[in-house]
Amino acid sequence: MRLEKCWFCSSTIYPGHGIQFVRNDAKIFRFCRSKCHKNFKMKRNPRKVKWTKAYRRLHGKDMTQDSTFEFERKRNRPQRYDRINTEKVLQAIPKISKVKATREKAHITKRLSVGKINRKKGDRRELEQSISLVKAPSVLKEDATLTLPKQKVTVSYAQTENTPMEE
Amino acid sequence: MVQFNFKGITVVPSGKEMVDIILSRTQRQTPTVVHKGYAINRLRQFYMRKVRFTQQNFHDKLSAIVDEFPRLEGIHPFYSDLLHVLYNKDHYKLALGQVNTARNLISKVAKDYVRLLKYGDSLYRCKCLKVAALGRMCTVIKRIGPSLAYLEQVRQHMARLPSIDPNMRTILICGYPNVGKSSFMNKITRADVDVQPYAFTTKSLFVGHTDYKYLRYQVIDTPGILDRPFEDRNIIEMCSITALAHLRSAVLFFLDVSGSCGYTVAQQAALFHSIKSLFLNKPLMVVCNKIDLQQLNALSEDDKRLVDEMKAEALKTLQIGGDPNAEQQVLVTMSTLTEEGVINVKNTACERILDQRVEIKMKSKKINDCLNRFHVAMPKPRDGKERPVCIPQQVLEQRAKDQEVEKEKEKRKLEKDLENENGGAGVYSASLKKHYLLANDEWKEDIIPEIIDGHNVADFMDPDILERLEELEREEGLRLAGEEGDDFEIDGDNMTPEEREALNEIRKRKKALIQEHRIKKSTAESRPIVPRKFDKDRQFTTERMGRQLSGLGLDPSKAIERVRSRSVSRGRKRERSVAADGAGDDGMEIDNDGKGSNKRLRLRSVSRSRSRSRAPVEEVIPGEGFKDKEQKVKAIKLGKKSVKKRNKDARKGEADRVILNMMPKHLFSGKRGIGKTSRR
Repeated sequence: MRLEKCWFCSSTIYPGHGIQFVRNDAKIFRFCRSKCHKNFKMKRNPRKVKWTKAYRRLHGKDMTQDSTFEFERKRNRPQRYDRINTEKVLQAIPKISKVKATREKAHITKRLSVGKINRKKGDRRELEQSISLVKAPSVLKEDATLTLPKQKVTVSYAQTENTPMEE
Repeated sequence: MVQFNFKGITVVPSGKEMVDIILSRTQRQTPTVVHKGYAINRLRQFYMRKVRFTQQNFHDKLSAIVDEFPRLEGIHPFYSDLLHVLYNKDHYKLALGQVNTARNLISKVAKDYVRLLKYGDSLYRCKCLKVAALGRMCTVIKRIGPSLAYLEQVRQHMARLPSIDPNMRTILICGYPNVGKSSFMNKITRADVDVQPYAFTTKSLFVGHTDYKYLRYQVIDTPGILDRPFEDRNIIEMCSITALAHLRSAVLFFLDVSGSCGYTVAQQAALFHSIKSLFLNKPLMVVCNKIDLQQLNALSEDDKRLVDEMKAEALKTLQIGGDPNAEQQVLVTMSTLTEEGVINVKNTACERILDQRVEIKMKSKKINDCLNRFHVAMPKPRDGKERPVCIPQQVLEQRAKDQEVEKEKEKRKLEKDLENENGGAGVYSASLKKHYLLANDEWKEDIIPEIIDGHNVADFMDPDILERLEELEREEGLRLAGEEGDDFEIDGDNMTPEEREALNEIRKRKKALIQEHRIKKSTAESRPIVPRKFDKDRQFTTERMGRQLSGLGLDPSKAIERVRSRSVSRGRKRERSVAADGAGDDGMEIDNDGKGSNKRLRLRSVSRSRSRSRAPVEEVIPGEGFKDKEQKVKAIKLGKKSVKKRNKDARKGEADRVILNMMPKHLFSGKRGIGKTSRR
């Protein structure tokens, strides 16, 4: 039992899913769902289709080179069963996956942080430039902070007169 | 070359059939349409073609017959004699001769008529000539009809003749009827010859094949021969005689010593002596059959004497350089019923044939070509020492061991046995992991996980995975520590919540402006831009201005004052200013009362600007031309009504002329007289 990767989108193909296509030169193409299969039939290049892993790796959206990738490698030589080793491996796999996941997340965050900074700069600039839409310049001169001005509300004297004085 | 197989001769049609076939072929395969208006040459050619075509076909068919039937001179004398015996040579030749003549006659007829056709001058005449030609040809064929029928019979019979190869090693079985020839034949070959108690069960020659020393032998079973003068023999006996005469084979003369065939030994001996001339140069064996009924030793004196005479005759045919057991080779006993001695007879017969053939080959010239190629070399013994076979010790041991292993295999318990013990195929499933070679035998029955969390376990297998994992975690720790430092730096420029609020407000305002602009842009063509002084909706009020200014953080009171003071008319400026001042003090308090204050202000100021004070609509102004208030009101109403937008929605109204019946029956039911009713 082996979980394969979809040729088009590189997601794992679980048992009972997908289609395998064997070409006349004996190359096997596995697809996880009909979306990928149909895209393949349309002769689309996965490196140009935005939502595939191939595209994302190629354009640097996802992490490409990392030591965590070395842990998971298809070995062609069968190995004799060793309980001790297998136990070790089974313990190690979740930890490795966790490290890999955090690293991928960090990669993406780093990538997006640039945009974040730029957005913040843009906000600040917009605030500085357009503050006059909400705050009169004379008020700005008195109170130089870039916040909404304090609104002046007129209170009717009649009311204040009518209310009895409290002692 | 029809050596011995006459199965390939084509069927000979009867006269009538042949005529039918060829005429219909002429009809089909030559052009049929002709008109008298054609050129004469064309007509002549048309009919000539037909005549020639018919002649050609007859010629072909008859030639086929003549060629395919064997010429009696050209085949093996055995077959030619056999055919003569069966079909009478003369009759056969005559029939074939007739066919040949017919062929020639037809050719002549055709030639004549073609010559005549060359001078035919009309369609009718040509046609008559053609009819005559064809008619004559057909008569010729009709005349040879009986011959054709005879030839067909012959052909059918010939096809069923046994295919005997005259040059092959042959064993011929002959004797009186019912002596057991066919039974013997059935025993040694796969032939299935009829065996019945009455005489002449076998009516013709039968061939079987048997093997001896990797060679094939033909065995020919003949019909029984009676002791009669040569001329009186019937066709069936003549078959056997022919076979005896022409085939170079071993002859097995069958003798029934019990006499149960209905003929005594004496009679059989007499037969033997009468046909012994046919046994020249053939290995002869006298076979005493049915010894289960009568032993050879228990024969009477006369019979024994007769048998000995026959044996003597047979001995003569034996090879000169005879064996010590020559007698065994010549006189054999057997019983086909108990199968005693049958194989012995066969073997002896085959041996004798072989010897004879080898003898002949040795004498012939051809053997000299091969003889010098044979040389059997025997090494000359060097000394008288005996040298027995030598087998190395190891080989002997190995052989012994192999034997032991064999024995063990028989004793060893198989998986199959184990399965049967534990309940059979459906109940017990063999543990395939029983013979695994692992470092620790306890691990044999372990269930190995293959998949975990969407990963293949096999991809991670590595003996030093834990060390690498430790390294990785260390790296990760370092990396995380480094990252935290970065985070603090990035978060430098964050807005305070108030600033954020201001930014949101800015964005809202911008959006509102854009929206307004877009509305104005889209409606600019259909709506006129009204200047502010004709502000119908009373949009541009001081309240609004006040709100906007206070929204920006400014104090609107002064601005409102100014606006109001400015709005006073020029004439009454000074008074108004005083009144305005007076009003200004109360302005604060009055403003709060809302709309009511407008009216009061209006009442106080007489000639304010037009935008503020207007007479009520219903009030009659002298210059307008209305009689009284009602009239004016009515006029205004009418005016408004006329400007009202007309309802063009086409909805049902009372003014409509009503259709009472939306679906009259005659339009929505019934069949059409012509056409489809897929639409109504």
